[in-house]
Amino acid sequence: MKAASRRSGASWLSPARVKSFALVTPLALVLLMFVVAPLAVVMAVSVFRYDNFEVIPAFTFENYASVLSSHLTLSLYLTMLKLAAMTWVCTLLIGYSVAAFLVFHVRNRLVAIGLFLVCTVPFWTSNVIRMISWLPLLGKQGVINQALMAVGVIHEPLQMLLFSDFSVVISYVHLFTIFMIVPIFNAMSRIDPSLFEAAHDAGAARWQTLLWVVLPLTKSGIVLGSIFVVTLVMGDFYVVKVMSGGTDASVVSAMYDDISTLLFPHAAASAAVLMLILTIMVAAILRLVDVRQELVSSR
Amino acid sequence: MASVLAEPEMASGGRGGVELAGIVKRYGDGTLPVDGINLKIGSGTYCCLLGPSGCGKTTMLRMIAGHETPSEGEILIDGTDVVGLSPRARGTAMMFQNYALFPHLSVRDNVAFTLRVRGINKKDRYREADRVIEQVQLTELSERLPSQLSGGQQQRVALARAIITRPRVLLHDEPLSALDEFLRLQMRSELRELQRQLGITFIHVTHTQLEAVAVADQVVVMDRGHVVQSDPARTVYAEPRSAYVARFMGGQNVLFGRLEAVEDGIATLRDEGGRGFRLRLGGSVRPVGQRLAFAVRRDHVRLARDSAAPPAFNAITGLVRAVEYQGTFVKVTIRPDGSGDKDDLFVAYVEEGDYFAAPIGIADRACAWWDLDEMHALAAD
Repeated sequence: MKAASRRSGASWLSPARVKSFALVTPLALVLLMFVVAPLAVVMAVSVFRYDNFEVIPAFTFENYASVLSSHLTLSLYLTMLKLAAMTWVCTLLIGYSVAAFLVFHVRNRLVAIGLFLVCTVPFWTSNVIRMISWLPLLGKQGVINQALMAVGVIHEPLQMLLFSDFSVVISYVHLFTIFMIVPIFNAMSRIDPSLFEAAHDAGAARWQTLLWVVLPLTKSGIVLGSIFVVTLVMGDFYVVKVMSGGTDASVVSAMYDDISTLLFPHAAASAAVLMLILTIMVAAILRLVDVRQELVSSR
Repeated sequence: MASVLAEPEMASGGRGGVELAGIVKRYGDGTLPVDGINLKIGSGTYCCLLGPSGCGKTTMLRMIAGHETPSEGEILIDGTDVVGLSPRARGTAMMFQNYALFPHLSVRDNVAFTLRVRGINKKDRYREADRVIEQVQLTELSERLPSQLSGGQQQRVALARAIITRPRVLLHDEPLSALDEFLRLQMRSELRELQRQLGITFIHVTHTQLEAVAVADQVVVMDRGHVVQSDPARTVYAEPRSAYVARFMGGQNVLFGRLEAVEDGIATLRDEGGRGFRLRLGGSVRPVGQRLAFAVRRDHVRLARDSAAPPAFNAITGLVRAVEYQGTFVKVTIRPDGSGDKDDLFVAYVEEGDYFAAPIGIADRACAWWDLDEMHALAAD
C-alpha cells in the first residue's frame, strides 16, 4: 500500500509529466489570453442592458432579439453572402490557375518558389493603400473609362466600375486571392508527379486528369482556401465602405457603427451571431471534406 | 467478355513484337542516357533490361512506353513506328516503380480508371475491373484505398490496372524493388506466370541479375546507354560475351592472359604471374601476343588445399580471403598469388558436401583448377 501510494505520488511529479505540462502551458496560456478571454468578454457584454449613457450589467436576450428581428441584419447578411460567393468564385478560379501554373508548368523548383514569393509582394503594402489604388483606375475619369472612351467602345463613362459590387469584389479578390493560392499550391505540390504519367498511360486527356486526379487530390487546399476567403469577406468592415462609396455596409461595419454610438451590448450580440453563422458555414464545409485526414495522409 | 474493349488499334496486328532501331536519347546538357540502341524483342517474350543504375535502361523503357521521346531512331511495335503516339495508341501499359496508384480512389476505381477515361459506363467498367481484380486475387480488398494495402497488394493493383486494357506490351519499371525478399520471389514467379497466361510481351527493367535470369526469356544487358549483350537468360549467364557482362552477371571469374600459341583451336595463354591457361578459341583468330580476357564458371571450379604441385594449366593458387555459407554451396574467395589491389578476386562456389568434407578456412592457401570446357573467351570491352 505504502509503496503503491508513494509510486503514484511520485508519478504526479515525474519528470515526464512535468515536461508534458511545460510543453503544453505556453500555448494554453496564449489561447486563454487571446481567444478565450476576449470571447468571454464579448459573450458577457452581449447579454448586458444599455441605455443612451451607459452599459448596465444584466442578463437579457433583448440584444439578440433586436439583432435577429431586424430587417437590416437580414439584408446585411444577404449582401455579404452575395459578395462572399462572387469573391469565392473569382479567387478560386484565379488561385487554382496560378497554383497550377506554379506547380505544374514551372519546371524549375527555385523559379516556382521565386514566383510564389512574387505573389506575396502586394502584401508588403497596407490593405488600405492597395484598395485606394483602385480608385484612379476605376473612377469616372479613371484610366479604364478614359481608355475605353478613347478607343471608342463607350461614349460616356461606365458608372458601374467604381462604388459598386463590382469594385468591392475586385478589391476582395485583390486582397484575398493569395489566401486561396497558398493552400492549393501546398496541396498540389504534394501530388506525386508519377500519377500524371499513370493517367497519361491510361490514356487520360488533360481535362480528365484535372477532373479525376488533380481536383480530388487538391480538395483539402480548396477547402482551406475557401474557409480563409469566406471568413475574411464575412469579417470585412472597411472594403465595403470604401469601395462602395459609403452606400453599402457590411455586417461588421454595422457593429462598428453600434460601437461608435456606444451600443456595446448590441454590437456584442451581433458579433456573437456572426461568429455562430461563420462557425456553421465552416462546419458545413468541413463536413464535405475531412481536411484533417487529408492533411495527415502525407506521402 | 471483351466487348467493352474492342479497340481497333489492339485488335489489328500482332501481339507485341518490339523493335528498336538506332534509338538515341540526348538531354539538353549533352548527356546521352541512351546512345544508339538496336534491339529486337519477339512478340510474347519476357524480356529483362538489366544494368547498373544510370545505364539508360529506365529511359529506354520510358521511350517504349511513350513517356519520353527518342531524339533519334524508330520504335516499332508490331511493325508500326509508334514514336509520337500516345501510350494508348501504342497498345502499351506501364507499371511504375512506386506503382503510382491514385491515392483517392479505391482499388476497383484505380483498376477501372483506364476504362473510365475511355467513357465506358460504370456498370461495364466495374464488371471488367472485378474480373481483373479476381485475376490478381484482390477481390476482398476491392473497396480499400491504396494506403490501406501492403506493398505487395499495391503492386497487384498496379498490375491489374495495367492489364485491364489487354495491352500488347506491358512495361515494368523495377517492379519488385520495393518489396521484401520473400515477396519479391513470390511476385517474380507470379509475373512470369501471368505473362505466360496473357501471352503478351513483358519488358521488365531491373538491376538484379538473379531476377532477370529467373524470369526472362531474353536478357538485355546494358552499359552506359548501349546494349552489350542480348541473349537468352542461360546464354547471358553461362556465356557472357564480354568481361563487363561476365563481371556484372556474377557467376563467372574474369581472368586475363597473353596469347602464346594456338594449336588445333586451343590457345595457350600466360598471365603476368606466369600462370598458364588453355582455352578453346572457337573460330576466332587472334594474333599471338594479344591480351585476352576469359571467363571461368565459379560453380565449375574444383578447390583443394594448396598442393605442392598444382596442375600446369588452368589453375590458380592463392590465399583464402573469405568463406560464405550459401546453403547449397559455399562461396570461397581467393586472392590469387601476385595479384594487386585492383585485380579481380577469384571466387569458387563449392558444393556444400564437398566443402565440409575438407573445409578450407580463411588465410589458408588454396588451389583452384578447372577443365578446359568450363571457360570461354570474352570479347574486349
